[in-house]
Amino acid sequence: MAEEWALVAWLVATTAMIRAAGPVTLGGRELPPRAMEVIALLAPALLAALVVTQTFGGEGSELTLDARAIGVGGAGVVLAFRGSILLAITVAIALTAAARAIG
Amino acid sequence: MRRDSLTAGIRAGIPFALAAGLLAASFGVIAEPVLGAGATLAMSAFVFAGSAQFGSLAVLAGGGGLAAAVGAAVLLNARYLPMGIALAPSLRGRTLRRAAYGEAMIDASWVMANRGGGRFDPDFLVGATLPSYPAWVGGTAVGVFAGDLIADPADLGLDALFPAFFLALLVSGELRSGAVPVVVALLGAAIGLALTPLTPVGVPVLAASAAALLGLRGAEARREGPRSRDPAEHPEIEGDPVG
Repeated sequence: MAEEWALVAWLVATTAMIRAAGPVTLGGRELPPRAMEVIALLAPALLAALVVTQTFGGEGSELTLDARAIGVGGAGVVLAFRGSILLAITVAIALTAAARAIG
Repeated sequence: MRRDSLTAGIRAGIPFALAAGLLAASFGVIAEPVLGAGATLAMSAFVFAGSAQFGSLAVLAGGGGLAAAVGAAVLLNARYLPMGIALAPSLRGRTLRRAAYGEAMIDASWVMANRGGGRFDPDFLVGATLPSYPAWVGGTAVGVFAGDLIADPADLGLDALFPAFFLALLVSGELRSGAVPVVVALLGAAIGLALTPLTPVGVPVLAASAAALLGLRGAEARREGPRSRDPAEHPEIEGDPVG
C-alpha cells in the first residue's frame, strides 16, 4: 500500500522541481550571446537524440530494430521529398502498424 | 498572456493529445495491477510525464524497489533541465509565474514553441500542452477502468508517432538554418545511440544536449564575421506545424 503512494509523491516532487529549475534560476533576464548560441542548438541536439532513442530503444538499456524503424524511415523518405509533416507522421504510423501486422 | 499564441498552440497540440490519450490508456492498463487505481490516476494527474511514468512503473513491476523506480524517473525527466534552461530567457514575470511555465513543458509543446535563435513563445507552449492534459488523465482512467475496451497503441503503430514528429521538425525546421545545427544533430544522435546500451534510460538524451556546446565555437566564429542567423529562417514552425 505505502510503496505506490510513496512513488507517486516522489515523482510529483522531483518532476515539478526538474521542470521548474531552469525557469526559476535563469528566467526573467537576458543571457549572454554565447549562452544563447548554445541554447539555440539544444533543440537539434535533443530532437536528434529523441528520434534515435525512441526509434531504436528497447526494453531497458538495449538497442532494437523493429517495425518503428520502418515507419520512421518512411517518414524520412517523405521529408526528403519535401512532403508535409502531417504526411510524414501518417506514413510512419501506417508503415509501423502494417509491418507489425505482417511480422 | 498572448491569446493568439495560446489558441494557435491549442490547435497545434490537439493531434498530440489524441496520441497521448491512447498512450495514457495503455499506461492505465499496465499500471493498475501494480499501483492500484488511485495511485495510477494520481500519478497521471500530478506527474504528467509519460516516459518517467512508464519507466518507473517498469522498474517497480520488475521488483526493482522504490529508490530505483524514483531514480529511473529522475533520469528520464532529466532532459527537462536543458529544455527549461533553453526556455528560461524567453520568460518574464515573478518566480512562481516562470515556474508555472516550466511545469507546462512536454516534449512536443517545447519543440513546437521553439522560434529559433534560442527564443521560445511561452504562451504557445502552454496552449500546445493544454489539450494533452485532459487526454492524459482521461486516457489513464479509460485504461484503469475499461482496459479491455481499448486497442494496444503499438498495434496501431502509434509508438512511431513521436519519433517521426521529432524527425519532421528536425528536418523541416532546425536543419535548414545552417551547417552547424546539422553537425549538432548528427552528434546528438550519435551520443544518444552510443550511450543507450551503456547507461540507464534517460541518460543518453540528457548527454546528447552536450552537443549544443558546439554553439560556443559558432559564437567565436561569428565575432569575426557577420551574423547569419535569422529567425525568419524558421517559417515552418511559426504556424500550425502539423498541416
